[in-house]
Amino acid sequence: MPEYLLKIRRFDPKSGKAAYWDEHSIELGEKQSVLDAILKVRDEVDGSVGIRCSCQQAICGSCGVRMNGKPGLACNTHLDDAAARAHGAGWTPPASGEPPVIEVEPMGNMPVIRDLIVDMDAVHWKKIQRVTPYLVNKQPIPEREYIVPMESMVDITQTMACIQCGACVSDCLSMEIDPLFIGPAALAKAYRFAGDPRDADHQERLQDLSDDPHGIYDCTHCFNCIDACPKEVAPMSQIMRLRRKAGSDHKIVDPNNGHRHEDAFVTLVRDYGLLNEAELLPRSYGGNSWFGKFHPAAGKELMSSLGTVVTGVMRGKMSPKIALLGHKLPKSDLAALKKLYARIEGRSQRVELNLYISGYEDDPEPSSGEGVKSASTESETS
Amino acid sequence: MKVAYWPGCVSRGFTPELHGSMAKVAPLLDLELIELDRACCTGAGVIAEHNQELADTLNARTFALAQRTDGAMMMNICSTCQGAQSECQERLDANTDYRRHINENLADEGLTYEKGLTNKNFLWMLVEEIGLDTLKSKVRRPLTNLKVGPFYGCYIVRPVHRLHIDAEHPRDRYMHMVIEALGGTVIDYAGVYKCCGFPIITMNKQASLKMTGRHVGDAIDAHADCLVVPCPLCHLNLDLQQPGAAKEVGRELGLPVLHLPQLVGLALGLSPKELGMSKHVVRPTSVIDWSSSVVAGAPA
Repeated sequence: MPEYLLKIRRFDPKSGKAAYWDEHSIELGEKQSVLDAILKVRDEVDGSVGIRCSCQQAICGSCGVRMNGKPGLACNTHLDDAAARAHGAGWTPPASGEPPVIEVEPMGNMPVIRDLIVDMDAVHWKKIQRVTPYLVNKQPIPEREYIVPMESMVDITQTMACIQCGACVSDCLSMEIDPLFIGPAALAKAYRFAGDPRDADHQERLQDLSDDPHGIYDCTHCFNCIDACPKEVAPMSQIMRLRRKAGSDHKIVDPNNGHRHEDAFVTLVRDYGLLNEAELLPRSYGGNSWFGKFHPAAGKELMSSLGTVVTGVMRGKMSPKIALLGHKLPKSDLAALKKLYARIEGRSQRVELNLYISGYEDDPEPSSGEGVKSASTESETS
Repeated sequence: MKVAYWPGCVSRGFTPELHGSMAKVAPLLDLELIELDRACCTGAGVIAEHNQELADTLNARTFALAQRTDGAMMMNICSTCQGAQSECQERLDANTDYRRHINENLADEGLTYEKGLTNKNFLWMLVEEIGLDTLKSKVRRPLTNLKVGPFYGCYIVRPVHRLHIDAEHPRDRYMHMVIEALGGTVIDYAGVYKCCGFPIITMNKQASLKMTGRHVGDAIDAHADCLVVPCPLCHLNLDLQQPGAAKEVGRELGLPVLHLPQLVGLALGLSPKELGMSKHVVRPTSVIDWSSSVVAGAPA
């Protein structure tokens, strides 16, 4: 059996002592789990190792940890997979002759209670509660059951797969900087109800999440939550769906420039073909038209960024021509783009493909096990 | 090698030194760039957030234009473009009916996207197509004693599955490997795989600049001489916004940030001026001083 060097991050805040690495040499099969290794240490060497776990089959979501810098469930991560990734440094094969190292740490963005146990109440559950995580019945409540379109329920199955393990919260880069950010798990949960046709509060939910200065528009698209999730919930994709519903379907213009930024971006690519950075910024603040730059909000932002703009122009980062007029594609291509926009934006329903539901053609099995392989496109409206 | 070349918007807008330096470096690597001058913005994820079909159609159009050239594959110099294009391509390649639907949108222009385009960021080209041995053999000014912090950002390292990153293609180590092949020293620091903050700069400027300030500060604390980035949007935050980020985190910064083609160009013997380094907001004085102390010679 292969040998691994298991390093467990130990810490007891009540002890007054600093955190330290507790090292153990472990012999276990490479397809056994990181949790098997931790429990072996706890059972055979040191009974005081703190780890929260229960089902050991990726259902209960209690054994979330970081393994070589990557968040996930200890119970469904193979030892060889964990070892293939050196801490924070991408894929690195272990040095020959040395046993592979697996560093296990508590999840990030949450306070440590002891060793590998974090305070989920202080962060994760508080944020879940923030998004009204239950159905607000649409009135009148039918005598028997609600009759809903099949495709709208399929649309929210991905978020229903969440087991509340907190792995996505652990490595959310926006939350790392701004702890007030509602975060990936709670926003995925929010979509579960904002996308549910039986819910009465779509408008209120979306307005609330758009208006919050730490809401849906604070996600940075870093994809950490997508890689972290053991259940393929793809929280970031759910946040993008919330934005789409809020901005396009419910016409919510938020005070955080989120929808204006999206609107300006989409329009500028239609009109110029290329991104016109000098127009994008004032329009994001002042409104999506050429006159946006004269809006007081755009003026205020320009004044606060004046130093940056002047330095940029002085260094030749932007030519005056690009700064004033932007760059454009040839006329015939712009005409083609306009036609594409008109055709697609003119549809009564948006056409979307969710690979979680449809699966990949080359896969032997659909990825979600839903078996809706032939239902290639899924439409959604407000 | 001939490639269909997508430079992106920002490399021709607010970071012209990126497009310029790539044009200088390409012939030294025997890369012939066929510029896709009719292709439009990838949408940077924002158009996909607005309307998935629109983003997929615009990018399928670019892919179809690339497939019309005689380039062996498509290459980009912007990891945000890579990420946005890979996302659309994943959907287009995964489902025949959906691809047919998107191609119907392109029919008016007589364009069709055929499944299976190869689209690689310049970083991936360096390791997988040009090869580190060939790259090494072309070095005329090894980056000896230059301590370089790789800043990968998000779009070319995540999601791992979509970007085909695995033990055989450790694409999240490529910048480390390239810096070493060029003779430089890799500096590992906390921000190597983190977000520069650019995507939220108009929504939450404070958080955005804090991200930038923290990563630059971490790299300085790890004694980096400079950072290198594969993405012009990261460059906008890490370089153009660095003075503002310094105020936000309350410490002095001043760390030069190089585009990947600039770092490669320096090692291949080009001068900092030829590589447009005078256009940076944080003057790359330490890198320029270093380069003038090393005389570019014959290939090793």
